[in-house]
Amino acid sequence: MNLNIGMALLLAIGMIGTAIMATRGKRSLGISILAAGLASLLASVMFLLLGAPDVAMTEAAIGSGLTTFLFFFVLGRVRRGEND
Amino acid sequence: MGGLIDIVGALLLLAGTTFLLLGGLGMVRMPDTYNRIQAGTKATTLGTLLSLVGVGFLHPEWSLKLLLIGVFLLFTNPLSSQVLARAAHRTRVRKSPTNVVDRLAEDLGEEP
Amino acid sequence: MVDFIVSLAAVFAGVAFLLVLWRFIKGPSPVDRIIAFDGLTIVSITGILFAALAAERGIYLDVALVYALLSFLGVIVVARFLERGF
Repeated sequence: MNLNIGMALLLAIGMIGTAIMATRGKRSLGISILAAGLASLLASVMFLLLGAPDVAMTEAAIGSGLTTFLFFFVLGRVRRGEND
Repeated sequence: MGGLIDIVGALLLLAGTTFLLLGGLGMVRMPDTYNRIQAGTKATTLGTLLSLVGVGFLHPEWSLKLLLIGVFLLFTNPLSSQVLARAAHRTRVRKSPTNVVDRLAEDLGEEP
Repeated sequence: MVDFIVSLAAVFAGVAFLLVLWRFIKGPSPVDRIIAFDGLTIVSITGILFAALAAERGIYLDVALVYALLSFLGVIVVARFLERGF
């Protein structure tokens, strides 16, 4: 089997699994945020396979890094009950 | 392709992915969280470093970037595994019954 | 010969990806899922190496560099969140 097709299949399986975990999980909210970050990470590898390294780099830095960090920061603020 | 250098590089790549596979197997089979930290960070770090060396043999013109990735992995991976183990210990993740020694709890003066 | 060995290595990396993904979906405690997140990032770095080998483009390795930085930052942030909740 071609390498790109195999990698794309694995990435699709991972993206579907983590997306289901992120949206329909009956676990804690932090796990959902982590699963969303992982789906974004795998999407960035998929962009790389499609031949767009610049888009992949932006997606990895913003979608997987900054968004996850921001969500965890806001979740911690909300849990502590600050409302400023 | 061909030649001895390429075959050595491909074999190093195979050894690295074998260590990745063993690390993944350890992540599935180990009994509790602390053992999974052990399997999931040490084995995968060695596997990725061997893969980087193998790709460096296959394509010598990429050596600088590969060296940079390897140095970053060597700096950050043990640190993150230590931080994770401390977080697991502080949030009191359950230990398996076969895990009898807990030096950190003894040092902190707690009951293990 | 070389192509066959590289293909076998790619299959091994794919199996490792599936095993760590299973631990991410199953894992009982949050720390297990963070370890699986870290492991998936590292396996993805190896996958990027295979993509760069297949496409013969060295620019793909820059993405692997960004990954190696991001995995560390993510793990530190989530572990700090678990310990004291920011």
